[in-house]
Amino acid sequence: MKRLMTLTVNGTPYEVAIEPRQSLLQLLREELHLTGTKEGCSEGECGACTVLLDGKTVDSCLIFALEAQGREVTTIEGLAQGDQLHPVQKAFAEYGAVQCGFCTPGMILAAKALLDSNPHPTEVEIRQGISGNLCRCTGYVKIVEAIQAAARG
Amino acid sequence: MKNFEYFDPMSVGEAVALLRQHGGSAKVLAGGTDLFLRMHRRVVLPDVIVDLKRIPELANLSYSDQDGLRIGATVTHGEVADHASVQQHYGALVTAANWVGSLQTRHRGTVVGNLCNASPAADTAPALLSYGAIVAIAGPDGQREMLLETFFQGPGRTALGPAEIVTALRLPPPLGPRGWGYARRTRTVIDIALVSSCVVIQATNGVCDEVRVSLGAVGPTPLRATQAEAVLRGQSPSAALLAEASRMAAEESRPISDVRCSAEYRKDMVEVLSKRCMESAFSMLQML
Repeated sequence: MKRLMTLTVNGTPYEVAIEPRQSLLQLLREELHLTGTKEGCSEGECGACTVLLDGKTVDSCLIFALEAQGREVTTIEGLAQGDQLHPVQKAFAEYGAVQCGFCTPGMILAAKALLDSNPHPTEVEIRQGISGNLCRCTGYVKIVEAIQAAARG
Repeated sequence: MKNFEYFDPMSVGEAVALLRQHGGSAKVLAGGTDLFLRMHRRVVLPDVIVDLKRIPELANLSYSDQDGLRIGATVTHGEVADHASVQQHYGALVTAANWVGSLQTRHRGTVVGNLCNASPAADTAPALLSYGAIVAIAGPDGQREMLLETFFQGPGRTALGPAEIVTALRLPPPLGPRGWGYARRTRTVIDIALVSSCVVIQATNGVCDEVRVSLGAVGPTPLRATQAEAVLRGQSPSAALLAEASRMAAEESRPISDVRCSAEYRKDMVEVLSKRCMESAFSMLQML
């Protein structure tokens, strides 16, 4: 039986009817049609489904939608301000940190969360900060360079 | 995933009543990083989920010099690792908590929930054992407490009875300066531990007062190497003493061979890691 729930996504309040077994990832993609967040492994191992829940990076594939009742979620769609890309997004584009792009939404959110809490990370801290996000294309070099560039401002 | 009824009670009493009412068809939800997966894979098929995260007292993480550290049932690994008092007084627990899964996992998964899964390889268990952790439990018959050693009963089994939940972990306050070491062997960063070891030492005038040597992933439960502890207790450290104590720890371990590595490797690593942890602990106390 579906239940009604409310949550805020990228600053916008939503009221949704969902089944208890639906994950936050499913809510975002299938109910709200915010398909920027990707389903990679459904096991909480790859980080492609990373979103910010009350400001903290989480794997949305492992969270029941109902657990987000009353909470604030930020997805990749919430980073750009209209036409203005977020500094991390700009840096990813400029530094070639995107190949197939599948890991990118989660990776950018992880990078943003890292820089929000640690504005001048060392390379080791950057690699640790994104260690929950797997990329099969880039070998991470350009990703790290992009994050370093975004940190420099 | 099979559908279910979802409850998010606002008190421990309400949670226990729900568990009592629904019996074996109900499961407790804290961080969900393990339970969600088991449900997704249909390993468990609960009809009812009792989410503990709206119970205020279970979210409490606090320290005092009199009472020590209290970790509520819904406190995440990330919160524990970031807490100033934990960093100051329970350093090994910070290192241990930071080994659990990924950053994303640590933002959701709870220390207590992880212990309730009772994996013999649980990362925080050796640190918690070495800090003398006590488990606080609430159930239909009231509240009780037990040492963490007793709480673990076997792989995947705890001492929790029907409709009982762990409400918190209590770690006694330090009685003096402590040195510690925590080490873990693993294949990759987010893989489960092959072997882990944690040593916590408290000393006076160059002699060990209190020693705890705990091991993970080398027995049916996380365990204390009590004979290794006895070697060190009341002694001043020396290379020979540490060699003997770490050899004893290896003898006390009861590892199995599994898909990750062999029992022989685990036994060898217990000796190596325990020695490193002892050296680290004594170095911190400037005794070595």
